[in-house]
Amino acid sequence: MSERRVRIATLVAALAVAILLPFFFEPFRNNQFSLVLAYSVAVLGLNLLVGYNGQISLGHGFFFALGAYTSALLIAKESVPYLLTVPAAGVVAFAAGFVFGVPALRLRGLYLALVTLSLAVVAPQLIKRWGSLTEGTQGLTVNQPTAPGGIGLANDQYIYLLTLAIAAVMFLLAWNLVRGQTGRSIMAIRDNEISAKAMGINIARVKTRVFAVSAGYAGVAGALYVFTVGFVAPESFTVTLSLGLLAAIVVGGLGSVTGAVFGALFIEFVPVWAGDVNQALTGFVYGAVLIAFMFVLPGGMASLGKRIKRIRKRPAKQDTRPERTERTTAREGLT
Amino acid sequence: MAEFVQVVVDGVATGSIYGALALALVLIFRSTSVVNFAQGEMAMFSTFVAWGIHQAGVPLGLALLGAFAFSFAAGAIIERVVIRPFEGGEPLTLVIVTLGLFLLINSAAGWIWGFNNRSFPSAFPDSSVTIVGARLDVESLGIVAVLIVVVGLLYLLFQRTGIGLAMRAAALNPDASRLVGVRVGRMLMLGWGLAALLGALAGVLVAPQLFLDPNLMGGVLVYSFAAAALGGFDSAIGAVVGGWIIGVSENVAGTYVNFIGADLKILVPLGIIFVVLLVKPSGLFGSPEVARA
Amino acid sequence: MSLLEVEGLYASYGPVEALHGIDFEVDEGQTVAILGPNGAGKTTTLRAICGMVDTEGSVSFDGESIAGKATEDIARRGIAHVPEGRGIFPTLSVDENLRLGAHVRKKGDDVADDVARCRRWFPRLEERSAQTAGSLSGGEQQMLAIARAVMMRPRLLLLDEPSLGLAPILTRELFRVLREIAEEQSTTMLVVEQNASLVLEFADYAHVLEAGQIALSGDAAQLSEDDAIKRSYLAY
Repeated sequence: MSERRVRIATLVAALAVAILLPFFFEPFRNNQFSLVLAYSVAVLGLNLLVGYNGQISLGHGFFFALGAYTSALLIAKESVPYLLTVPAAGVVAFAAGFVFGVPALRLRGLYLALVTLSLAVVAPQLIKRWGSLTEGTQGLTVNQPTAPGGIGLANDQYIYLLTLAIAAVMFLLAWNLVRGQTGRSIMAIRDNEISAKAMGINIARVKTRVFAVSAGYAGVAGALYVFTVGFVAPESFTVTLSLGLLAAIVVGGLGSVTGAVFGALFIEFVPVWAGDVNQALTGFVYGAVLIAFMFVLPGGMASLGKRIKRIRKRPAKQDTRPERTERTTAREGLT
Repeated sequence: MAEFVQVVVDGVATGSIYGALALALVLIFRSTSVVNFAQGEMAMFSTFVAWGIHQAGVPLGLALLGAFAFSFAAGAIIERVVIRPFEGGEPLTLVIVTLGLFLLINSAAGWIWGFNNRSFPSAFPDSSVTIVGARLDVESLGIVAVLIVVVGLLYLLFQRTGIGLAMRAAALNPDASRLVGVRVGRMLMLGWGLAALLGALAGVLVAPQLFLDPNLMGGVLVYSFAAAALGGFDSAIGAVVGGWIIGVSENVAGTYVNFIGADLKILVPLGIIFVVLLVKPSGLFGSPEVARA
Repeated sequence: MSLLEVEGLYASYGPVEALHGIDFEVDEGQTVAILGPNGAGKTTTLRAICGMVDTEGSVSFDGESIAGKATEDIARRGIAHVPEGRGIFPTLSVDENLRLGAHVRKKGDDVADDVARCRRWFPRLEERSAQTAGSLSGGEQQMLAIARAVMMRPRLLLLDEPSLGLAPILTRELFRVLREIAEEQSTTMLVVEQNASLVLEFADYAHVLEAGQIALSGDAAQLSEDDAIKRSYLAY
């Protein structure tokens, strides 16, 4: 019980810090923080798929781009209120994910990786191909949300808090999802598809839906990205984005909700400081980190906390799982 | 008609390049059950090495040989240092590791050589021959010939030599192979080395047609995935035939279907992967009994 | 000095210890059997000799320690192991399986003679040389596995349950051929078997393994006369 209380306290404290954050930094930083939040939603969505359901997608940049362009086009061309474009982006990406997920779930893990990677590769080309709609290579500039008068917030602070609110909702939804009955089905499939099936879980349905939901998250993230950046162009959504999202869940921890924030910090700030040194450094760091994490910390950052806790509780690392029951069979054999 | 023949032959030629990279993917998949997402980037890097050696004043032929030797060694080293620790582990881990390699190699090339386009010389003369009214580039014919020779050599290696037999055995059952004294680790290194060499070949064949930059192989990799998936991912013959089918259909669709044109050509392999995997998930040749070349 | 000397051998699969310190020796030219019930650690003993499980203790072959060496290096020193389930390559042809046996030998080192000899011992393999090994019957697969091991020209041949899954007639035939191989090639053999009565006829010496320890050892002929043994292990 007390552990639960500690967790809630930590959460409240973290939320308080998150809310107060924009009042202590200049607009430039606040924009970066907003982007971290946007990315964290996408990372969270991808993690639902990869970490919790055991499916892989190397193409979530595509759904992110889809959400971003949906939001940008609705704002720029149809003058839709920007808040409404968030659910719209989510729904469009969800639908695309669903359409894509139906055949994709028939693909073995490997092929899913291939096909989704291809999706990531073609995303910029597709955007350019429909240049009449998307303005092609030159990109699309969007009016960013502005703070309503009289509440004393600067635009960057307003956008940040808006993003925070939406991200918080998305996190809450995800939390609910993985903790409930659905979550158990999702994870049962990851752990053992055959026994999940035996438990009466409709694997195809769950997988497709998880894929769609996860794409929807990426779409919402894309819309949030537009709020902060105010501009979309094909080159913002290259393979590096998709692989960056994957790197982020690896860094943040597969199958961890809070880890998404660590992961998002990583994809926002690595390019920021790496770009100062060399244009190529970002990819280099992503790549090195992916491999390094597989070597030393397969559970990601979030598992770091768990690990420390576990080490404290049980000093001797002991695997009590018997791999072969030679002894028991020996006794059986004697009778 | 003559134009159509030209389009098809050019398609077979580009398809041969996809086939070479797909062969590399298949080789690695069969020996280590890993889909090497970094295969294209390794090839790109080797192509840069060839370019670098050539720039230093070395004749093209020697530069290519140097790059092939480099890629063979690099492939073997990558297997030993980066892949081996994860062998037999979770597929997801290996996917992430090879994606990490993808990013590492891509950015390393960008760091060393920059992101500018460079032109890469072709090993074939810039001329054409006329066969039954169709003007065919010597380069296209040369590429197809190179692939056929390579497939022949691979066949001889795997079917007619002891080391090839040992490589196949190591891929099929590492434990049983160790019991007859096969050094499984070395066979895996050899497999990765060979695959890297094949990739380098694809790289230097495709570079003269595109521009050499760190993203040289991004598209080619997608086509090669499609080719390998079409062929069944564990079939060498399948990879080559798959490459040809992809190359031809891409070229034909790009030329004759207005909607697709040059920009959306890349959707062709994507569509093909999808259809094949849905209709026949093991690919055209993907049964364990087929094409042990 | 014995060809194989095992001293204080412990073996474990992860946290589960399967062998709790066993000692035995196999002399050059001898045929030694290991008997015991299911799960007593017979297979583990062979795997431990070949470096296929985590072990502690000493194993020396021809006077040199092989404990902790890689399986392929142990094979290259002259120990051939026909594992449980035979370990053949089902998608390779029968001929290719045999050629793999000669993988570690030098080129031309009368490999052809050995192939001929194997075909004399196992005529069925010649008939089926181009077929895939997976298409063979269980008995033929066992013959192939043994023939492949013989192709290694081993000094020590480890056999894990050669009779498993074979009809009694085939089993007798198999042991007859094994006898012939042992005599012609002067191959030392260490055989793990559940079929105790059969293997005691075949072997010179035997150890009875029980729950990871050697419970009893002795001349094969004596053991087969021992009433206690008969009751516990030969009551098949």
